[in-house]
Amino acid sequence: MPANRFNNFTNYGIGIGLRVPHYQHILSRKPTVDWFEIISENFMVDAGRPLHVLDQILEQYRVVQHGVAMYLGSPDGPDPTHLRKIKRLVKRTNTPWLSDHLCWGSVDGRFTHDLLPMPYTFAAAEHCAQKIREVRDYLEVPILVENLSSYAEFHASEMTEWEFLNEVVERADCGILLDVNNIYVSSKNHNFDPYDYLNNIPHHRVGQMHIAGHSKFEKYLLDTHDHPVLDPVWKMYAHVSKLTGPTATLLEWDDRIPSFDEVHKEALKANKFCKELVHEEAAA
Amino acid sequence: MKKPRRKKTASRRQSAVAVARRATGSVAHAKLKKFATINEPAAQRAAATEKAGRQEMREIQRLFAKAIMRPLTKGYNMQPKWTDGRSTKKAVGKFIKPNDRLSSFERIEIYNKQYWFRLLDSLYEDFPGLRALLGDARFHQLSIAYIDKHPSTSFTLRDLGQHMEKFLAKNPKWTQPHEKFARDLVRLEWAHILAFDGAELPPLEIDELLDRADPATLKLNLQPYLTLLACDYPVDDFLISVRRREEPRGEASNAISEKRTHARTKKVKVPTPEKAYLAIHRQDQGVWYKRLDPAAYRVLRALQKGETLQKAVERAALRGKSAENFPRTLQNWFAQWAAFGWFCRA
Repeated sequence: MPANRFNNFTNYGIGIGLRVPHYQHILSRKPTVDWFEIISENFMVDAGRPLHVLDQILEQYRVVQHGVAMYLGSPDGPDPTHLRKIKRLVKRTNTPWLSDHLCWGSVDGRFTHDLLPMPYTFAAAEHCAQKIREVRDYLEVPILVENLSSYAEFHASEMTEWEFLNEVVERADCGILLDVNNIYVSSKNHNFDPYDYLNNIPHHRVGQMHIAGHSKFEKYLLDTHDHPVLDPVWKMYAHVSKLTGPTATLLEWDDRIPSFDEVHKEALKANKFCKELVHEEAAA
Repeated sequence: MKKPRRKKTASRRQSAVAVARRATGSVAHAKLKKFATINEPAAQRAAATEKAGRQEMREIQRLFAKAIMRPLTKGYNMQPKWTDGRSTKKAVGKFIKPNDRLSSFERIEIYNKQYWFRLLDSLYEDFPGLRALLGDARFHQLSIAYIDKHPSTSFTLRDLGQHMEKFLAKNPKWTQPHEKFARDLVRLEWAHILAFDGAELPPLEIDELLDRADPATLKLNLQPYLTLLACDYPVDDFLISVRRREEPRGEASNAISEKRTHARTKKVKVPTPEKAYLAIHRQDQGVWYKRLDPAAYRVLRALQKGETLQKAVERAALRGKSAENFPRTLQNWFAQWAAFGWFCRA
């Protein structure tokens, strides 16, 4: 199941996020990395150093675009200027798929620059799905939607988060970027069993996975991306990998970023689970 | 681990998944079409329900945004009073669920804090000069007032500070007694952002063009990344010395963090007034502040405003450049500007 129409029939392995502190190391040492994920918005500029670095990376590596500001659940329709900029970047990177979050972040033209949770209603699911279809039609590249980590729930919700995710991806006929760490964080914050989530999503639609570290506070967990991946998240990753098959996986490390080698080493731990799966499949 | 309470509504209602599974094939499609025709009132009701659902979603999002975009208290907490004087606890309790550890207020407060920490952090990084002028505490208060007045209207935080000069002009109290210096400084800081990633058009081969074109009608465009500033203070020297001590700019990501701690900004003395004509531009992916001769500044400004080459040159010549040396000086300027790639096609 690794290569599917949601990830453009690719077989990407373990990637890491392209971050500024690692630019020099990557460009000078050219380490072997399966692929890099970029935050689209950091490169949706007209010119200058960000694009100069990106072009050098593209000469050597496969790059996948991940967005943080499409706001597929915001009430307004897709912003044509924003979409044009994404499309220009898509042509530059030749990304096989493009991901963004199942969330909202702006209303009435004002931007919060945060990934905010949706009320899990049927109307919201249809709204998100319609927007995803419009975006995909314009960008002409498969879209994966990522589940959030969240800290609040709405009285208006009519279903669980995973039921909402199912509703959206089925209505939009799109793929899922499954963030295992986000599920763990939300499960602790909202008192649900994360394995119920993992077991009840359409596994054939998972085109990519995210793993990351988080921080524990007295009354909640915060998705800080500033730690190595914690054991319960690795266990969930192993579990869901058996359901989805080996899937392109990306380690997110966005704050207190250690050396390139340390980040890469942490990401490559995921290989252990993927290799076990390949052996199991071969034996079967 | 508590078992999740499954909402009955989700299984009772006709989900899209179920409809999609049933409605496959042309027979099913025809049946659905027939069903739709004879059930037009039902379809209308469904459309109305859908519309109401979307409206409800928008209203929830408006309330949520209103809650998280309100400034924090001095102790970095959510304001206890809502905009209409009610308790915030009561107002947010209407749409946010509590759980066994956090009240509705505490849950949305997490987002309220994140909003402010993220946006304040962005201004902190984009205006190191203004921060060094005012000191951390005053800059922090100014930033809160600025964000409250000019919330982000762009998908990127890169644009957040675009109204800073206008804001300082309208609110001089924040920068007294250095209002003029502060405005010069933020113009330079915003020009730095534009030069960092502003558009670059194909440069013109100036020699070739000048040989063929008539200066009386020739108009030259300047690169969009280039900003020209006439300042009353040597803000370039000031900002260069400040930036040397700064951390590199952060990036957008989907991570969130607790309030960042930064090294305390060292206040820097305001320099004595001195006219400075600057071109803020990009070379080899780096941002540069180039001092210009006042006459050179006038030529470039005139070209940027769309005047012909002849008129732009006359403007400089009329203001005190000795006629004897001027043609040679002018030739050198143009050669240098062309080498920088500042001239481009419209």
